[in-house]
Amino acid sequence: MERYLKVLGLFWGTAIAAELEYRLNFLVTALISLGGLVGSLFGLFLFYRTGYEFEGWSWEAALLVLGLFTVLQGFAATVLIPNLNKIVSQVQQGTLDFVLLKPISSQFWLSTRVISPWGLPDVAFGLVMIGYGGTRLGLGWADYALALLPLLFGALTLYSLWFMLGATSIWFVKIYNVTEVLRGLLEAGRFPIAAYPVAYRVFFTFVVPVAFLTTVPAQIMLNQGGRGWLLASALLAAVLLLVANRFWRFALRFYTSASS
Amino acid sequence: MVKQALKISRVMLSVYYAYMVEYRAELVFWVLSGTFPLILMGLWVEAAQGDRFDLSPTELVQYFLAVFLVRQFTVVWVIWEFEREVVEGRLSPYLLQPIDPAWRHFFSHVAERFARLPFAFLLVGLFLLLYPYAAWLPRWDNLLLGLLAIALAFCLRFLMQYTFALAAFWTERASALEQFWFLLYTFLSGMIAPLSLFPDAVREVVLWTPFPYLIYFPASILINRPDHVAQGFTAMVLWSALFWGLNRWLWRQGLKQYSGMGA
Repeated sequence: MERYLKVLGLFWGTAIAAELEYRLNFLVTALISLGGLVGSLFGLFLFYRTGYEFEGWSWEAALLVLGLFTVLQGFAATVLIPNLNKIVSQVQQGTLDFVLLKPISSQFWLSTRVISPWGLPDVAFGLVMIGYGGTRLGLGWADYALALLPLLFGALTLYSLWFMLGATSIWFVKIYNVTEVLRGLLEAGRFPIAAYPVAYRVFFTFVVPVAFLTTVPAQIMLNQGGRGWLLASALLAAVLLLVANRFWRFALRFYTSASS
Repeated sequence: MVKQALKISRVMLSVYYAYMVEYRAELVFWVLSGTFPLILMGLWVEAAQGDRFDLSPTELVQYFLAVFLVRQFTVVWVIWEFEREVVEGRLSPYLLQPIDPAWRHFFSHVAERFARLPFAFLLVGLFLLLYPYAAWLPRWDNLLLGLLAIALAFCLRFLMQYTFALAAFWTERASALEQFWFLLYTFLSGMIAPLSLFPDAVREVVLWTPFPYLIYFPASILINRPDHVAQGFTAMVLWSALFWGLNRWLWRQGLKQYSGMGA
């Protein structure tokens, strides 16, 4: 365990040092995040401007969902997406061999090797949005704290889905755009699940569990929905984590290396 | 001259088609990643049930399916490839060939359209099963106009992105430009909602930008609700001309700057 922490420190230290070479990029990504924020608000406003409301979700409550979505998006951009791109290129070029030879878990190596601070503006803007919506709804610190747990489960769920998608590159090899699929499916989390027709709701709850990423944490923050959802969310995260690990080991059996 | 051009395009199309079907899974993922309009379709159909908006659920389903198709035909990624070529110095050998490297990218995009076609139609079929009442066929004149609009939209989007890609001669992260542009494209092109649902003031401004002509304009022709057709085509041609000029100028300036890094 201690060894893993030390390795993690080294990984992230070097990754951040490398990224800081592009300091101007921070300004650019902050601008892009800001633009994304304005765009998301505009998209939500189009629905609410005629007095229509997503069933049971006021404008402020919908903002909470959008804020949680933005935070998760930032998390994905910081930790998940840069690593996923690495997995694919390692499979394609055969350099995954070197990772497999190292005396630590290959899943750990592949999931944590790099970190890119460029997702942090998104996290910050998401928190601001949650703070704004929450203040208007009169939420207290206890309510925010309650949402931390489901948000953590959501992040774990997202990580597991992402890792399984990445693992499929063992068979499909060149799939640089899986990140785009992940992003595309996540997009559905911008809006509370109640806003979708029934078929979509079933799909986004049971097939691709987007509902657990943003809607469930928001509901718990608002003291709606009850313990059942929290339990389901914890269960889902635990099962998916396990499945992701097993799936990776299964996939490795099919790894044949390249160009050697 | 013409004969040679035809031959070059035929060869390039077949070569790049073969490249594209080499990794078919990637194509499926590409199609899946374009499902954003389909997600919004669900939201809008649900929202329109109460007659609070100007469009009926049927029209919205048709609109978003058309948006999905238009988007599939106009996906462009040249900036990422070009950026890598410049940063890694792989552009150098292409410069020696008697054909502008832009054509390679152009034909690889066009060839990919054919490879992705079956998957895209499969997904549209799936959604027509979900909403059978929305099935429609464009009138033949609208179909022709729509296809022309899609082709022009693709060319315009390719030109814009290739123009930004040329910034790679000066900076290592040209794709940041595209990321910002893509945001505007996402929210202003009609991908998140038909322009008729935008507030009037916003719509007036947006119509002066190139974005609505990339998605909203072709899609509305395809669903038999053409909107200011002549004006739309003029806008597309003018924007293309502007970006063409800028592109050629940047290309000449950039080549002077290019030092074949890493080669």
